[in-house]
Amino acid sequence: MSGRIRLVLGGILCVTAWGVMSQGRAEPRGIVSDSVVTARSASVERSGYVQPSTRCFRAERKNALVLFLFFAASILAYIALAKRGATLYIRKIAGLDAVDEAVGRATEMGRKVLYIPGIMSVDNIQTVASMSILGYVAERTATYGTQLEVPNKDPLVLATAREVVKEAYLKAGRPDYFQEDMVNYVTYDQFAYTAAIQGLMTRERPATNFLIGSFYAESLIMAEAGNAAGAIQVAGTAELAQLPFFVVACDYTLIGEELYAASAYLSREPLILGSIKGQDLVKVALIVLIIAGVALSSAGIGEFAEFFTQR
Amino acid sequence: MKRQIPVILAFLTGTFVVCAFFIEEPHVVGLNRKLDELLMIVTAFALPLGVVSFLQHHSKKIGRRQIGWRNSIVSLLSFTVMACTGVLEPFIRADKQAVAFNWLFDWMFTPLQATMFSLLAFMIASAAFRAFRVRNLEAAILMIAAVIVMLGRVPIGKYVLPGSGPLTEWIMNIPNLAAQRGILIGAALGAASMAIRIILGIERPYMGGAGE
Repeated sequence: MSGRIRLVLGGILCVTAWGVMSQGRAEPRGIVSDSVVTARSASVERSGYVQPSTRCFRAERKNALVLFLFFAASILAYIALAKRGATLYIRKIAGLDAVDEAVGRATEMGRKVLYIPGIMSVDNIQTVASMSILGYVAERTATYGTQLEVPNKDPLVLATAREVVKEAYLKAGRPDYFQEDMVNYVTYDQFAYTAAIQGLMTRERPATNFLIGSFYAESLIMAEAGNAAGAIQVAGTAELAQLPFFVVACDYTLIGEELYAASAYLSREPLILGSIKGQDLVKVALIVLIIAGVALSSAGIGEFAEFFTQR
Repeated sequence: MKRQIPVILAFLTGTFVVCAFFIEEPHVVGLNRKLDELLMIVTAFALPLGVVSFLQHHSKKIGRRQIGWRNSIVSLLSFTVMACTGVLEPFIRADKQAVAFNWLFDWMFTPLQATMFSLLAFMIASAAFRAFRVRNLEAAILMIAAVIVMLGRVPIGKYVLPGSGPLTEWIMNIPNLAAQRGILIGAALGAASMAIRIILGIERPYMGGAGE
């Protein structure tokens, strides 16, 4: 899809959202909503009966809409900048720099690379981010001729991961190396999956383990099993409660936003880099807003902070 | 065209879901709910794919006598027994109950699950041992904070270290929460940025990589 079409689509997205906000008080007559029904006393006086009407826009979410519009606009602006050839800097992420080293280690040792895409389905954005990294890892294993295994908990992730790995092997010019069995299904149960992975790490001793995606109670069990097996481990998650476990048990950890920046960092695509810069701009704006909110609230002006904290 | 259709679908559904977050019109809310239900239906259709993959993977392992092939026999046997008792038993029994399946689930599967979960306690102990080795200033600060928090969380703590309770509350509510919120804000922005990239077709992980 060309960049111009993409910008138009982005514009449509912003305009649609803005249109929704601007017609926030539209009240179609005669429609009774299950959710919110408002009755205006004026209509009661005029007709003698209650005139039900629906609220179209969730007014309590206007703060989210303002931030979303600013966010989308800044991302689109930076994407346009990137298209014009601007140099965009992205800081070093040790965990992502280690991907090549980790795959190289497995190649030298003649052992396999194990990639765990988390335990959630493809509707979880962390799993989607994990698929981007899997594509890169699979391209590397295809190039070096290293064995790769991707055991899955969710059948939808299985289908997606298989497609991603297949595409990566094609891109690397090694479609003959791809085997469907590389990406296999284990079970839908969390701890049965954990037991299977732990057993696999202990028996087959993969040289490299990637634990990237959404993890819960199984995170430490898997990471410790990999550590005990002597594997180099790269983990990544945005689950706050699991981060300390990964930091302790793995060699490299992608913390929160680093997981989502991985595709930009690894591919160095100017368009994706542009979106990361747009995200940074919003982060700066949020810091300013937080400081302003604290200062104004301390000065007794609570409306500013209230606007951004109402749900 | 084969590559364009998924991108257009991603754009349309993505835009709809974003708009639905701000709209409470009943039709929009209903359609949004239907999309969620659709995911469950698609997952149900994908499950046979998983079963086929499972059977193929373990059959190959046994056939090639790969590492752990005996475990594959146990996996296939367990799968067959659970599937047969769960699916066939209600048809065979007069009371339509899956008694054997329930027995296997309650007295074999659940304890095995609990065993796996309980391993976590030992893993935490070994991970904590590694984390608390004082090798530099940061590790020393981490260890001191951890000792205070551990003492502040147990009844005997106030006798061992007076004031550990309030100090624990301060550590958890001020520096710890500030760091957590920092990570949370960064992660939320990263997720939103990625969502926009996917909606606009800049990134297509579902098709094996970045856009053109």
